Amino acid sequence: MAVIREIAFQGMQMLLVLLLAPLLTGFVRKVKARLLRRQGPPLLQPYRDLIRLLRKDVVLADNASWLFRVIPYFIFAATWIAASLVPTFRSGLLFSWSADLIAVIAVLGSARFALALAGLDAGTAFGGIGSSREVMIASLAEPAMLMIVFTLALIAGSTQLSTMAAFMNSPEVGLRVSLGLGLIALIIVAIAENARIPVDNPATHLELTMVHEAMVLEYSGRHLALIELSAALKLLLYVSLIACLFAPWGISPPSAEPILLIGGVAAYLAKLAAGGILLAIFETAIAKMRVFRVPGFLGAALMLALLATLLRFVSRSF
Amino acid sequence: MTVVTALIGVAGLAALGPLAVVLGVCPAKHAASNVTYGLSLIVSLMLCTIALLSLFDAQSTTVTLPLGLPWLGAHFRIDALASFFLVVVNLGGAAASLFALGYGRHEHAPQRVLPFYPVYLAAMNLVVMADDAFSFLVSWEFMSLTSWALVIANHQLHENMRAGFVYLLMASFGTLTLLLAFGLLAGPGGNYSFDAIRAAHPAAGVAALTFVLALTGTGSKAGLVPLHAWLPLAHPAAPSHVSALMSGVMTKVAVYGFLRIVFDLLGTPDWWWSILVLALGGMSAVMGVLYALMQRDLKRVLAYSTIENIGIIFAALGLALAFKSEGLAWAAALALTAGLFHVFNHALFKSLLFFGAGSLLNATGTRDMEQLGGLIHRMPQTALVFLVGCAAISALPPLNGFVSEWLTFQAILQSPQLPSWGLKLMVPAVGALLALSAALAAACFVRAFGISFLGRARSPAAENAREPDALSLAAMYAVAALCLTAGILPGFFIDSLAPVVQALAGGRMPVQAGVEWLSIVPIAEGHSSYNGLLLFIFLIISGGVASFAIHRLASNKIRRGPAWGCGYPDAGPTTQYTADSFAQPIRRVFGTVLFRAREIGEMPPPGSTAPARLKVELHDPIWETLYEPIAAGVSLAAERLNYLQFLTIRSYLSLVFVALVLLLLVLAIWP
Repeated sequence: MAVIREIAFQGMQMLLVLLLAPLLTGFVRKVKARLLRRQGPPLLQPYRDLIRLLRKDVVLADNASWLFRVIPYFIFAATWIAASLVPTFRSGLLFSWSADLIAVIAVLGSARFALALAGLDAGTAFGGIGSSREVMIASLAEPAMLMIVFTLALIAGSTQLSTMAAFMNSPEVGLRVSLGLGLIALIIVAIAENARIPVDNPATHLELTMVHEAMVLEYSGRHLALIELSAALKLLLYVSLIACLFAPWGISPPSAEPILLIGGVAAYLAKLAAGGILLAIFETAIAKMRVFRVPGFLGAALMLALLATLLRFVSRSF
Repeated sequence: MTVVTALIGVAGLAALGPLAVVLGVCPAKHAASNVTYGLSLIVSLMLCTIALLSLFDAQSTTVTLPLGLPWLGAHFRIDALASFFLVVVNLGGAAASLFALGYGRHEHAPQRVLPFYPVYLAAMNLVVMADDAFSFLVSWEFMSLTSWALVIANHQLHENMRAGFVYLLMASFGTLTLLLAFGLLAGPGGNYSFDAIRAAHPAAGVAALTFVLALTGTGSKAGLVPLHAWLPLAHPAAPSHVSALMSGVMTKVAVYGFLRIVFDLLGTPDWWWSILVLALGGMSAVMGVLYALMQRDLKRVLAYSTIENIGIIFAALGLALAFKSEGLAWAAALALTAGLFHVFNHALFKSLLFFGAGSLLNATGTRDMEQLGGLIHRMPQTALVFLVGCAAISALPPLNGFVSEWLTFQAILQSPQLPSWGLKLMVPAVGALLALSAALAAACFVRAFGISFLGRARSPAAENAREPDALSLAAMYAVAALCLTAGILPGFFIDSLAPVVQALAGGRMPVQAGVEWLSIVPIAEGHSSYNGLLLFIFLIISGGVASFAIHRLASNKIRRGPAWGCGYPDAGPTTQYTADSFAQPIRRVFGTVLFRAREIGEMPPPGSTAPARLKVELHDPIWETLYEPIAAGVSLAAERLNYLQFLTIRSYLSLVFVALVLLLLVLAIWP
């Protein structure tokens, strides 16, 4: 019985992240539009876009190989799995131990590896621009992320997300300098990883400012739908990750009664909404930066995270 | 007796060399090549089986042969450490021989490769089995010389001869330092058997000096920065299956030498030794991959990436040394397991990648990535296995490269327990360097795979490439399958490493065999765990379900059309991103300081139809600041001393007399 219940919870989380991801994207767009005094598209617009794309034929470039057609499914699978492993409404899910935070980051890295390859497959200059910039950004964002993981793991004494969330929820945590530095660095990395302003602009098709959009330029139909859905899942993942590590309130522990899960889900929805609003405000308030300013921005994250790790090595009280 | 059987196998390998010379005159086509590689394959597999049995058996066997120094004899021993490295050497040897069964037929001067190849394999085996300093050094020199002969197999190319020259110099230098290290270890008594060395406890100063010498000697063979200069020249120059052996296996034999001397023979380490190893490891990791990103030559990219991986291995070994010196045996076991697992993994995927590069070279006649492109259409199977190798070396789950990196990171997370401040500050910095090198490696291999295999063909040669023969493909598939297996079932491999780790670090990682769902748990449940098998299954299921559902419920139609490219008309394959342009953002971010990279644009005057040109200037910091001054110093000294060549007989006689008197004086004053 217990196993079936656990499988049900795990399945619930997988469905929840899949269903909520486009909503979060739509919500951020809506809030951004309202901040600009525009009406904005309806909240459900991303779902409609996805369904429309799924029904359309795929137009493949003449030169596209089998890899180009496999990659969208791989990216979707990897991002979906990663998003399902981050605690959202309940910690200690059945398969939560199959990958710790380092592995979750690495799974996302696999998806990015595949996407960068897809950008090179059609043999156009735009795909190459996107891929080469994406790997440059990743070459700074990934080490920064790992340093953040080190900081948090040294504080919580574990790289397992459920254990970390439980520790962050306990009174032992307190206010720490390294936590603050880690949070700032994590936000910078999350912005870069999700191709948001000021690193990249998800709404642009001006070739010289785009990174992510340039890589997926040759995709259409169901392939594009999967990639858009993966991008939405990734945004949801990072918001969930920040929420689970820095605002772990309301996540039901594994021992809780099933009825209490409603509270967990409600808390999770509230956190997503708060994250979405903050992201929209941040994006509205700031301008896109030049591509070669991005290394400085990410370098700051890397240095902050390294500093936080060093502080943890120097003293346990920081 | 395991060691005797193994020695007979090695003798068989060595005998294959002369046999290849004899067979060379045989008129049948490829007879020499088929017999040499076929028999090498069989013997390597046999030796690999023996080594595996002895690894699980966990018993060491020794034998002393009446060879070598008359008062010493030649000692050979197979213990846990030696068995593990014998597995690595012979697995690599078997894969390379299988690959060469097909690939070696295209060799245009097989007689320059065949006699040396089996002897090279035999020498690497002997280094690992040697149990006294004399046999160790003789085998080590055999390994260096046979590989040197293989490097200059294609001697018509001037650059290969230069590579051979640099390699020979560095190999001699490495052997010299090892000779001195063993001299110090044996002490004034001069007992060169490892048993006697292990029993003697050198004074702290002598031990430190030995450590530095051993690190220099083995590090120069392994390719640690700044002793790496020969590696990216020599490894690509050899035929591809030999490149695979040199990069995948011989560098591991060097790691073995380091482990044998520092972890086994030297006794308890000082904590500051590990700082040196950690610093060199971290530096090699980042420098190696940055160099790799700047190269156009595919085999040279792979050679530089070997430097990166050796850096990762040495960083893990440095951590193990630090934990061991502070008495944290369980953490030392974790770090050492990570390092050894990476030794195994790198031997696999680097061989695979060199096989792939060899197939490309055969199919297109070039190693220059700017001439390739679109090969995934012409060589789909090679593309698939090469992609597996690229993903594995970029440390992507669920493949094997990720597991060893993950274990290394877990070991780094244990390091706040180290008491010394130097290490407390060093380890996080090395962690950041390793993280940086992992991310850059992914960039490097997106570039290597994307530019050579994806896009459109950049030259007629790439357009007409053909898939390699079945045997070469079989070798690549076998290694790729091993990469996947080690990635999804790492617990089995970690458990097999336990006897080695137990012997060297004095502790071991928890047994992984009984963990639920075949996860790996390096420290404790709830602390950290990883399950490659489940991740792999999840990836397949969710990707498969998504694809099935979409094809059934939504749409499954495909139309082909010209690439969209923002609506610009197609301007031909030359407008694609090239290897150089792909690396440009990273060159700007990291290269401007490190390589003093400069881009010089030459615009023709208005009205002229001459093309505009963009030149990129790169400087190799280590070559220019370290090797060029040394070379200049040597030639200056040679020029000055040249004067001695033209003296009269009287001056020579007086010089001899003065030298004699001086030597006698020294002898008289010597305490």
